[in-house]
Amino acid sequence: MKNTIRQVFHSSKFVTGFVILVIILLTMFIYPLINPGNPLEMIGVGTFAKPGTYVSLYDASRTGKETLRLSDADEKRLNRLLSDADRVSMVEWFSAMGIDISGLDISDTDALLDLWKANYTPDSKPAGMTMAKRNYYKRLDKAIKEIGASDTLIITEKHAETGELEEIGSITKTDYVNVGQVANVKSLPLGTDNFGRDVLKELVSATGTSIVIGLIAGTVATLIGLALGLLSGYVGGLVDDLIMFVTNIFTVIPGFVLLILISYSIGQDQRGAAVVAIVIGFTSWTWTARSVRSQVISLRNRDHVNLSKLSGHSLIRIVLTDILPYIASYVVMAFILQVSSGILAEAQLSLLGLGPKTTTTPTLGLMMNWAMLYSAHTNGSWWAYFPVILTITCISFSLNLMNTGLDQVFNPTLRD
Amino acid sequence: MSEIKTQNAKDFTDAPLCLSGRGVTKAFGIGEKRKLAVDHVDFDFHEGEFVSIVGESGSGKTTLSKMLLGLLNVTEGQILFRGKPRDISSGRKKREYWKGIQAIFQDPFSSYNVFHKIDSVLLDCINMRGGKHLPKEKKIEMMTEACSFVNLKFAELTNKYPFELSGGQMQRLMIARIFLLRPNILLADEPTSMIDACSRATILDMLLKLRDETGMTVIFITHDIGLAYYISDSVYIMEHGKFVEAGAPDKVMLTPEAPYTKRLISDVPKIHEPWDLSTVDLLQQEA
Amino acid sequence: MGKPILEVRNLKTKYVTRFHEDVYAVDGVSFTIEEGKSLGIAGESGCGKSTLALSMMGYYFPPLHYISGEIIIDGKNISGMDPDTVRKTILGTEIAYIPQAAMNALNPTQKIIKFVIDVIRAHDPKADKKEIRARAEARFAELGLPRDVLDKHAVELSGGMKQRTVIAVSTILSPKVLIADEPSSALDVTSQKMVIKMMRELMEKGYIKSMLFITHELPLLYNVTDDIMVMYAGQIVEKGTAHEMVFDPVHPYSHGLMGSILVPEEGTRGTKLTAIPGTPPNLKKPPHGCRFAERCKYAKPECRYSNIPERPFEDGRMYRCLMGVDELKEEYSHE
Repeated sequence: MKNTIRQVFHSSKFVTGFVILVIILLTMFIYPLINPGNPLEMIGVGTFAKPGTYVSLYDASRTGKETLRLSDADEKRLNRLLSDADRVSMVEWFSAMGIDISGLDISDTDALLDLWKANYTPDSKPAGMTMAKRNYYKRLDKAIKEIGASDTLIITEKHAETGELEEIGSITKTDYVNVGQVANVKSLPLGTDNFGRDVLKELVSATGTSIVIGLIAGTVATLIGLALGLLSGYVGGLVDDLIMFVTNIFTVIPGFVLLILISYSIGQDQRGAAVVAIVIGFTSWTWTARSVRSQVISLRNRDHVNLSKLSGHSLIRIVLTDILPYIASYVVMAFILQVSSGILAEAQLSLLGLGPKTTTTPTLGLMMNWAMLYSAHTNGSWWAYFPVILTITCISFSLNLMNTGLDQVFNPTLRD
Repeated sequence: MSEIKTQNAKDFTDAPLCLSGRGVTKAFGIGEKRKLAVDHVDFDFHEGEFVSIVGESGSGKTTLSKMLLGLLNVTEGQILFRGKPRDISSGRKKREYWKGIQAIFQDPFSSYNVFHKIDSVLLDCINMRGGKHLPKEKKIEMMTEACSFVNLKFAELTNKYPFELSGGQMQRLMIARIFLLRPNILLADEPTSMIDACSRATILDMLLKLRDETGMTVIFITHDIGLAYYISDSVYIMEHGKFVEAGAPDKVMLTPEAPYTKRLISDVPKIHEPWDLSTVDLLQQEA
Repeated sequence: MGKPILEVRNLKTKYVTRFHEDVYAVDGVSFTIEEGKSLGIAGESGCGKSTLALSMMGYYFPPLHYISGEIIIDGKNISGMDPDTVRKTILGTEIAYIPQAAMNALNPTQKIIKFVIDVIRAHDPKADKKEIRARAEARFAELGLPRDVLDKHAVELSGGMKQRTVIAVSTILSPKVLIADEPSSALDVTSQKMVIKMMRELMEKGYIKSMLFITHELPLLYNVTDDIMVMYAGQIVEKGTAHEMVFDPVHPYSHGLMGSILVPEEGTRGTKLTAIPGTPPNLKKPPHGCRFAERCKYAKPECRYSNIPERPFEDGRMYRCLMGVDELKEEYSHE
């Protein structure tokens, strides 16, 4: 046993897969400690906030200021303000008005603004320009004017009784606050999803749920497959015929279709994560049963089984002590694959909207489903689905890698 | 180096019958594909006799051995155990029968459960003989005795696994097992074919010693006609599921009557007589 | 003395296990096979005889590794050659190799003629199919194989026929040396005899110049080869002609081995049968001194630490033991 484990950990494939899985599992346990709370709490009001660090404006304006005179501050401000699309639109306006723009560099913000201020009048009506477009230019002009309008922003507070505005402070262009001193800073490494929930927190929680679903599904499938395979392989005869008949029926009907039908008929209310896992397990035991059976058939005629029979041991004892240990490594490998395919099956099912009910726990499949329903893939909110895909891929990659590694250790024909 | 020497073959015709068969047949398949692996064979094995069944691969000798052991059902005919028809119709009756017959198989490496230690293999035999409640010292004494019978040291074997031994040692441990079980019949199915020639003599020696000490019947199944000639009291030659010749080894080997026996003997390479290669025709299609 | 076809000088090779332990399976083996001669190697399983066969072909793929020594085939030194080059230039034309399970190596979906084409085209890519067929038919007829075998699939042939077909196909390019590793052990006696007869014909008709035959069955070796070498724990312990080795072995190990021969001949019954107790040494840590000392009845204390050289005696015989020939024979005569 010790030796077997030593061999297993000599396989670089197994170790790589194992390390990836351990990293995922550690993240699953450690991250909630760092960032506790309900993963499904809707913290954002809008949908799909971009990944990044969010600083409370309110708190920032009340935090002690430092004055920093940075030479490139204005330029940066302007650059951030004027997007590339705005610049292109400005050039479009110039050409529509027949203004000479030869020698103008679109990235030279100062030159662009000077030309704009010199030429733009809200009343001008370039030929063929729609009302909406003209309004857009008016808004653009207003924004441009605001940049340079004042150096100081006044913060006022409404008086509780009179309703008058009282000045309580001001912000100038050279005022800075230390982010570390702002009371409320929220880091959202993966942004928020369509309901304004922290994607990273949700992802960590969903990974946990999906792995549990995979484990339950794998256990159910392996237990059913193992029991039927052992029975049909060792007993043989009519029992074998019957079990193989049932197994063949299950094999012929595509497992996923069956899964969809069962999930649908259970109904949304009954479908918790555990129920979905068990349903997945019930539809994927067939190939475990078939391969266990074929292994048992080849073991059944081994001499040590015959000797065990001659020693008068009972059927159960022979199966448990003389057959099961021999196929244990194989069953473990089958189990690992079943776990991996259980996670994938849940993802597929949830993507179709037949996954666990949506109010209590997130799963990887549900996260994909939500991202798809709210068109994350069309509006460029990659953070809502891409990390999920990556996680599913990593889990199934690591499990399959471990399986291949085990195969190399246990399968004599693959030994180097 | 130890040496073994066989005495002249004894005549066991007057000894009580141990295992006999009347028209024993095994058929596989149905309809047109039905094939008789063992075809109406009769035999009489006496108590204390060392019997050899010789045949090439596909002659049905392994099927016959499985039927004798009760691991395969007999299609037709009857096997008599100590003069009475054998009844193995239920699990309990089978277990009762298996107290009287045990086996050693060809491949020592597949004969052991690799997850069980040597101690548990031997302890199991003591338990089977009803020694479950014996004191521990008594059990260890019995196991030590069994191991020394086959020139193994029990003290060195405890806590070891069978696969840590060599093929010859594993086969000897099998004999130690039989020594503990004391069945009436030992069926040895090619016990020496997978081990080296120089360990082979040891195994044969121990089988003879076992027979001499316990008086059990040994049914030795082999493809090696030289081996059968050397060791047995009577020889059965099997071809295509039938016994084509049977009798005392000297008679069968030195004055063979069946053409199959003659061919078998002439095709084995020899050292004192010339090996005549001209008896085989290369163009002839083998069966 | 004929022209040497295969010369092996002080060949050493090792296996590397999964746990990076070295197993010295062939440890300083030297011998020569002359033209028209056949040599047999006998020994227990695990003594290194099959490894020796693989090593001689220069077929070094992990876990087998070359350490030192020379292999010279008909004047051409192939030791240290890249295994791929060996496969392309040596196998088939210089050496043919028949392992025990050769008959199971035939792809069941292809006809036998396809293998012949593959073998010939590996060395002559432009060979014409008709010519190949004519060549194969002629050779098959010479070796007593039915012509229609060429158009059959491997599954249609019996075990013995398959093994003979493999031998005929692998020697179609008339290699100088045929190495056969237990070619007939899995077969029935009659098929075995046919295989042997065919190998004899290959030698007699000059299709192969020399043969190396490996088996643990001594009576077979006695009838097949001119000379016999006995291997023990990676080394050769004795070498001589077949007759000398079987009837007059010198080394205690070969003496024991020859004493375990069983043949169905008058007088066999009642003869003494020798058994050698114990097991061969672990080749991961070969013992100092004589490797057989642990199991040897005549071993003296110095056997366990002295370096035992190969000692030639009489004409062309050799043995590896501290004791003198007369001394050993004296011991044997007391039994």
